[in-house]
Amino acid sequence: MPLALFWFFALVMLAGALAVVSLRNPVASALSMVASFVGLAGLFIGLNAFFVGIIQILVYAGAIMVLFIFIIMLLDLKTEEKRAPKLAPVLGGLGIVLAFTIQLVGVLSKTPDKAHEPLDLVAASAAFTERSPGISSKLKEGHLPDVNLIGDTLFNGYNLPLQIIGVLLLVSTIGVVVLSKRQSA
Amino acid sequence: MASLNDYLLVSGLLFAIGLAGVVLRRNIIVMYMCLELMLSAANLTLVAFSRFNGSNGLPDYNGQMLVFFVITVAAAEVAVGLAIIVALYRARQSIHTDDLNSMRG
Repeated sequence: MPLALFWFFALVMLAGALAVVSLRNPVASALSMVASFVGLAGLFIGLNAFFVGIIQILVYAGAIMVLFIFIIMLLDLKTEEKRAPKLAPVLGGLGIVLAFTIQLVGVLSKTPDKAHEPLDLVAASAAFTERSPGISSKLKEGHLPDVNLIGDTLFNGYNLPLQIIGVLLLVSTIGVVVLSKRQSA
Repeated sequence: MASLNDYLLVSGLLFAIGLAGVVLRRNIIVMYMCLELMLSAANLTLVAFSRFNGSNGLPDYNGQMLVFFVITVAAAEVAVGLAIIVALYRARQSIHTDDLNSMRG
């Protein structure tokens, strides 16, 4: 990804995040969060993680943020009543951010950097000739079959965690139904 | 081309913004959104390391697997958390953390 595009998506992401924190209307916060996630998905796609980028848009910007907006509308929240923000939490929050940023810049200026090198797809195709001819032929043509490779890793290397995560989703679905049932007591 | 440290700097800034939001906002729903921002910052770090520490000409897909699982767990967490917020609102008619002080010593 060209450097200009990287900074564009990074700025969209950071500006969206700042708007989430600073806007007082929860609906405005939720919508700027969508902008932030779209910027993040752009960064993912720039890192050759196409599947994760699309999932980021579909699951986060689509499903999760719609859930947030739905709950905000359901609760009928007024634009954060005219309470003045307390001084101590604001100072604390800004202090934490400042300390964290200084620390971050300090650490990153000392760590060795790594340049963005192009992927060597043709060399990678040799490892898949036996196991998966489809992946191998796509790699030889110079395309990165991202979804195929993720599926390969997911089902061959992470089969048990995948099933456990399925159970987790089931449990959370049941939990939500139980929690939001009106208590009759 | 952006280098690894650029990605780490941006994701660290995103994490810091999310952390500040959790500390200084008083609205539980907005605090929840800031938690999601912090999770996303971790995801960006994972994907960046997966791309830059690739092996054999490909990105390291183990890192992207972790991102996949983080996104799944985050979705489940949001669903349960929002259900708790709705139940809380039914009981107290408020989602402002200053109003929820019955366990304060």
